[in-house]
Amino acid sequence: MARIELHDITHSYLRRPKKDSDYALKRIDDTWEDGGACALLGPSGCGKTTLLNIISGLLKPTSGSVLYDGKDVSALTPERRNIAQVFQFPVLYDTMTVFGNLAFPLQNRGVSNDEIRLRVHEVAEILDLTGVINKRAAGLTADLKQKVSLGRGLVRADVAAILFDEPLTVIDPHLKWHLRRKLKEIHEQLKITMIYVTHDQIEALTFADQVAIMVEGEIVQIGTPQDLFENPAHTFVGYFIGSPGMNFLECTLEGNAARVDGAVIPLDEETAALGRKAQGKLELGIRPMYLDVRSEPGEAGVEATVTMIEDQGSYRIVTLMLGGRILRAKVPEGNPVSEDTVWVHFPKEWIRLFADGRVIT
Amino acid sequence: MDKWQDNRAWFLVLPVFVIVAFSALIPLMTVVNYSVQDIFGPGETVFVGTEWFKQMLGDYRLHDALLRQFLFSGLVLLIEIPLGILIALAMPKKGWGVSISLVTLALPLLIPWNVIGTIWIIFTRPDIGLFGVGINSLNLLEVPFDHTATPLYAWITVMLMEVWHWTPLVALLAYAGLRAIPDAYYQAARIDGASPWATFWYIQLPKMRGVLTIAVLLRWMDSFLIYAEPFVLTGGGPGNSTTFLSIYLVKIALLQFDLGPGAAFSLIYFLIVLLFSFIFYQVLQTVGKGEKG
Repeated sequence: MARIELHDITHSYLRRPKKDSDYALKRIDDTWEDGGACALLGPSGCGKTTLLNIISGLLKPTSGSVLYDGKDVSALTPERRNIAQVFQFPVLYDTMTVFGNLAFPLQNRGVSNDEIRLRVHEVAEILDLTGVINKRAAGLTADLKQKVSLGRGLVRADVAAILFDEPLTVIDPHLKWHLRRKLKEIHEQLKITMIYVTHDQIEALTFADQVAIMVEGEIVQIGTPQDLFENPAHTFVGYFIGSPGMNFLECTLEGNAARVDGAVIPLDEETAALGRKAQGKLELGIRPMYLDVRSEPGEAGVEATVTMIEDQGSYRIVTLMLGGRILRAKVPEGNPVSEDTVWVHFPKEWIRLFADGRVIT
Repeated sequence: MDKWQDNRAWFLVLPVFVIVAFSALIPLMTVVNYSVQDIFGPGETVFVGTEWFKQMLGDYRLHDALLRQFLFSGLVLLIEIPLGILIALAMPKKGWGVSISLVTLALPLLIPWNVIGTIWIIFTRPDIGLFGVGINSLNLLEVPFDHTATPLYAWITVMLMEVWHWTPLVALLAYAGLRAIPDAYYQAARIDGASPWATFWYIQLPKMRGVLTIAVLLRWMDSFLIYAEPFVLTGGGPGNSTTFLSIYLVKIALLQFDLGPGAAFSLIYFLIVLLFSFIFYQVLQTVGKGEKG
């Protein structure tokens, strides 16, 4: 178990990278706490897997260093780093039984047979694999195979961290939930540092207590799921987390209010003051669930036209046109929404201002 | 469950039946026909039952040729399969080296078989051949190298030629099998701390099972049926030391024109090849049971 530090990691798959865009990873500098459950969340191709492979040692970064518990492991092989990794597709030794698969990492490290038997049965117990322990690994279903791959990481008692690379991709939807909970359980039980790569925000937010959002080779924000939801540091985070994502409206400041295409939205004094100091393109962001949609013009309501209402069961997603801009609001069931003109209120405490994509603080 | 009772369905199978009949059954039946008759000329035939079969099965020259054939095919498999795998493992995985090694490997496979025999005659001749002259000039051998004079040298030459000719096929098949293994397997092996040997034994070899089955079957059948190369190189000699089954068969059927015994021999020959191909296939399937190719 280890705390993992990344110092100025960059990586390029080209031999002589020149431009910024030649880099798959652009300067990553972060720390993952010991015993934490972390997720790397981002769209396909943002460099998540590259970063994971650098942490495990399968890839050597172009520059920068990886530290486990303050010790530089950059030059060590994955085996020496004592790390476990679970891949997108279950990787098994087909000719072996489940027992053989689980015992394999220990055998390679010269552990005695008695201890191997003990550890393997312990791990099989944790993963509910005891029933199939003498079956050939090749004949198992995808979710059991993935459990065996995970088990190969868990058998090593001193494993520094377990890395997951989109491990639930090939699992049936109804088993995904079960396996995800199992992972969480194992984490709580064994307190092993776990790093989980995924492009599925639900997977990331339910699994991890720290989520790092990656986009185009950069980590734009690390935080708790709540943090990412309430205080996105970057417009990408706001847009990527939550369904539907955060609303962003280009705006200008006018005293203590933001002006969006003629509509005036009042702001906190504090927010407005920060906004006045900021440089660059100014955007106002607010989560769809915080928008207050009313059928009558109240105080400071902004007039908008309803273009679509999607009923999602317990709530509705209302798509609005505010001037020339699209706005999405999440309206609880029971609140009537008129089908043409409504008045939208922007609660001051949930408005965030962004300059050139970054939140202003 | 209700089944359709409609015999017209047989018509759907008819085309396959006709094709198989013309491609295999009818030609084979003519051989069966000859194997049970003594033929003096057109229209002058006598039914002899199993006489030719008895004669051929008791023929000591056939026994010798059969033993030689088993020794030859056995050596072929023992040398070519491991050697092919080794070559495939040593081949580059990316870059310009891939094309070069693939083309170089494929070259022997592109040469007509009797030309291969001719190449090796010239190559190993003790008076002008590079190999023959070269090895004799080292003065290491008690008996000077000459594959037309010493059975052992004839065997060595035939084996060298065969290995040179066909190992590339095994290597190409094994290489294709190796390239099809996803990277994640190697990554997992590195993380699990597997030694190169363990990686080979638990990942590469099982994953190559499918292509290796094909390689073993092809090399078994081809080497058991070998004719052109040794015929050109040694003509079955010196003495009968490299007379393999097909060479002996041609002697009986075409040189002595004993069509009846020749036909009986052919059928026995065919059944042996079929039997062993079946055994190899079954064994290799059981070895990797429970695994998808």
